[in-house]
Amino acid sequence: MRSNEGVDRRAGSYHGRRRAMGLAFAWLCGLSTCVGIVALAVLLVDVTLDGAPRLSVDFLSSFASRFPDRAGVKAALAGSVWVVTLTAVIAFPLSVAAAIYLEEYAPKHWTTRAIQTNIANLAGVPSIVYGILGLALFVRALGLDRSVLSGALTLSLLIMPVIIMSAQEAIRAVPSTIRDAAYGLGATRWQVVRHQVIPMALPGILTGTILALSRALGETAPLIMVGAVGFVAFTPGGLSDQFTVLPLQIYSWVSRPQPEFQEIAAAGIIVLLSLLLTMNAAAIVLRNRYQARS
Amino acid sequence: MATVYGIGSSGAAPALEAKAVSVSYGDATAVRDVSLTVPANRVVALIGPSGCGKSTLLRCFNRMNDLVPNARVAGRVDFHGRDLYDHGVDPVEVRRRIGMVFQKPNPFPKSIFDNVAFGPRVNGFHGDLDGVVEASLRQSALWDEVSDRLGDSAYALSGGQQQRLCIARTLAVKPEVVLMDEPASSLDPIATQRIEELIYQLKERYTIVIVTHNMQQAARISDYTAFLYMGELVEYGPTETIFTNPREERTEAYVTGRFG
Amino acid sequence: MRRGAASRRHFHEELDTLQARLMEMAGIVERLIGQAAEAVLKRDWSMAERLVADDDRVDELEIEIDERVMELLALQQPMAVDLRQIVATNKASNDLERMGDHAVNIAKAAGRLSQAAAIPEVRELAEMVSIATGMVSQSLAAFVSRDPEAARIVCETDDRVDDLRGSMYRILVTHMLEDPRRLSAALELLLVSQNLERIADLATNIAEDVVFLVEGRNIKHGAEGPA
Repeated sequence: MRSNEGVDRRAGSYHGRRRAMGLAFAWLCGLSTCVGIVALAVLLVDVTLDGAPRLSVDFLSSFASRFPDRAGVKAALAGSVWVVTLTAVIAFPLSVAAAIYLEEYAPKHWTTRAIQTNIANLAGVPSIVYGILGLALFVRALGLDRSVLSGALTLSLLIMPVIIMSAQEAIRAVPSTIRDAAYGLGATRWQVVRHQVIPMALPGILTGTILALSRALGETAPLIMVGAVGFVAFTPGGLSDQFTVLPLQIYSWVSRPQPEFQEIAAAGIIVLLSLLLTMNAAAIVLRNRYQARS
Repeated sequence: MATVYGIGSSGAAPALEAKAVSVSYGDATAVRDVSLTVPANRVVALIGPSGCGKSTLLRCFNRMNDLVPNARVAGRVDFHGRDLYDHGVDPVEVRRRIGMVFQKPNPFPKSIFDNVAFGPRVNGFHGDLDGVVEASLRQSALWDEVSDRLGDSAYALSGGQQQRLCIARTLAVKPEVVLMDEPASSLDPIATQRIEELIYQLKERYTIVIVTHNMQQAARISDYTAFLYMGELVEYGPTETIFTNPREERTEAYVTGRFG
Repeated sequence: MRRGAASRRHFHEELDTLQARLMEMAGIVERLIGQAAEAVLKRDWSMAERLVADDDRVDELEIEIDERVMELLALQQPMAVDLRQIVATNKASNDLERMGDHAVNIAKAAGRLSQAAAIPEVRELAEMVSIATGMVSQSLAAFVSRDPEAARIVCETDDRVDDLRGSMYRILVTHMLEDPRRLSAALELLLVSQNLERIADLATNIAEDVVFLVEGRNIKHGAEGPA
């Protein structure tokens, strides 16, 4: 019948067009992915070629110096570890507590929603603004001066909104049926939170925290504002000591004219990237364990 | 006007009495002026079409509606003569004495032992926890299947076993009343049968109120049945009467399958 | 699947109770029929009064079984053999109750016979009594042991009873025509034979119920055809 023929023919070409469009779309997505991967690959290859020869135990255990052959990341590495660890200690409990309050205790009122929106906004504020805040509040007003503590406090303010948001997500992901069951057994709100919600949300919270900390590891601008210095020949011994961090050290090396310092900088980048990769790997391992358990 | 028959003659003292209970969420009324008596050591079934308010009514009995943000409960629920919604009454204590089993099995992501032990622990129990766990698992007919693997995750159990675990968990705090919200609706027929048999055995020691959308289940296991429609109690009486000769036309239309 | 296992124990207990009530009824009715038969053959008046009290118990049991059947059907959704058992029990209890009434009728006739003047001797009566009481006990035994073959034998025996009733009718009419003084006695004997024939029919009904219970087949009114 004529009408059937028409349908078949139209269907045939329609199917062909659909398939072609699907294929084109898949290729487009693939290429976009490649762009990112290729760029990253180029960076890694370049950095490794430049910096690998300079990597050595000496490099890791020497302080910065005017002489490239004697320059090392010891101070910067120690400073980064100190600052990031301190940031973790300050930011983690405060953020988790805030997330618990917002999810479990806060009344469903417009004020709570306003707070949520504000926290989301804070997460997007440029880090230099936090630097300015840190300078005014911690270094000057509180008189903490240019110290590890100031740096850590500033970075804490920076990453707290991020941790709070991901912790809230993790807490929200705990099924309400679990809470119902716990309440049904005569548990108080605190018991439900402590024994059911936090244990279940913890892997997600930790993942978010580690990712936020690995961002803190790479921050430069706010730390410059609160006084991390470029040339430090000692490792921090206490909270009030001066310090430097890896990104800053790399930046100061890159600024030097001598080509040797470019290689040193590349080596420093490798160290920084290794640290970042380790932290991210930890986050992935945690996330996988969390998936497996549920 | 609801028709209530033959409860006083059961010879059992009332465990729970709802008096003019109404529940609304914001502007919507879910339960309207319901009064009924739950006799001790009996099984009372709440039936009715979807959305008739039976689960909402059930949650009034252990103050679970307190946890829903905009729920408002009016009327009183008397438990041993004392209104559960009175000012001085602690809802946490209420929930220990009136337990609840939910529709989908919801064991905690912990071991079988820790699931059953959770209730006693949060209620400050310091005695023989092993004994309590074993007794509860025996009462819910699960002990023989799990006694050798109490440390295993509760998620390793089948759906029917998980639900029996949830029942054991509820029994571990030694409630007087057990509320069940469609406990078998997510289980296969064999598992459902085992739960029904379990309920029949449990009523010797506990009072049970069960919500079910499955009329035949209510017919099989309950002593008294309440038919709710659009938030109102239409008829409440002995199960046999409801299913062989109900007084209200709407009840008869529902149980004969003419609507709902 | 094991009966009486953890599932539906409550329902199976109820089924067993129903069976027990039916058996109690059957026991009483068998005894009633035996006593009524004896009363007729031995011309004993006093039997009748005793029988009525027992028959009251039979009536009570029928009502109780009606209620239990109703409850089981409404509340337990019985299937397959359970459903057939419940339906067969309901029918059998109705038949047993009527058997009881017929036994009482026979006993009363026997009582009136003992007052009568000249009673004709009818050999066929004894044979009818023997066959009818035999059919009753065999059909009940088949119900208990769930034996369809024994039940079918009972169904076949019913024809003989019908023939005997026909013979008795002709014999008794002859007696009545020959000697008018034997009229009342002969009429009572006729009544007895009709009641015995009804009892045999009811026993056949019970036997048909046994086949229905076991095989799910309805062999009433010659539905099965020749074997």
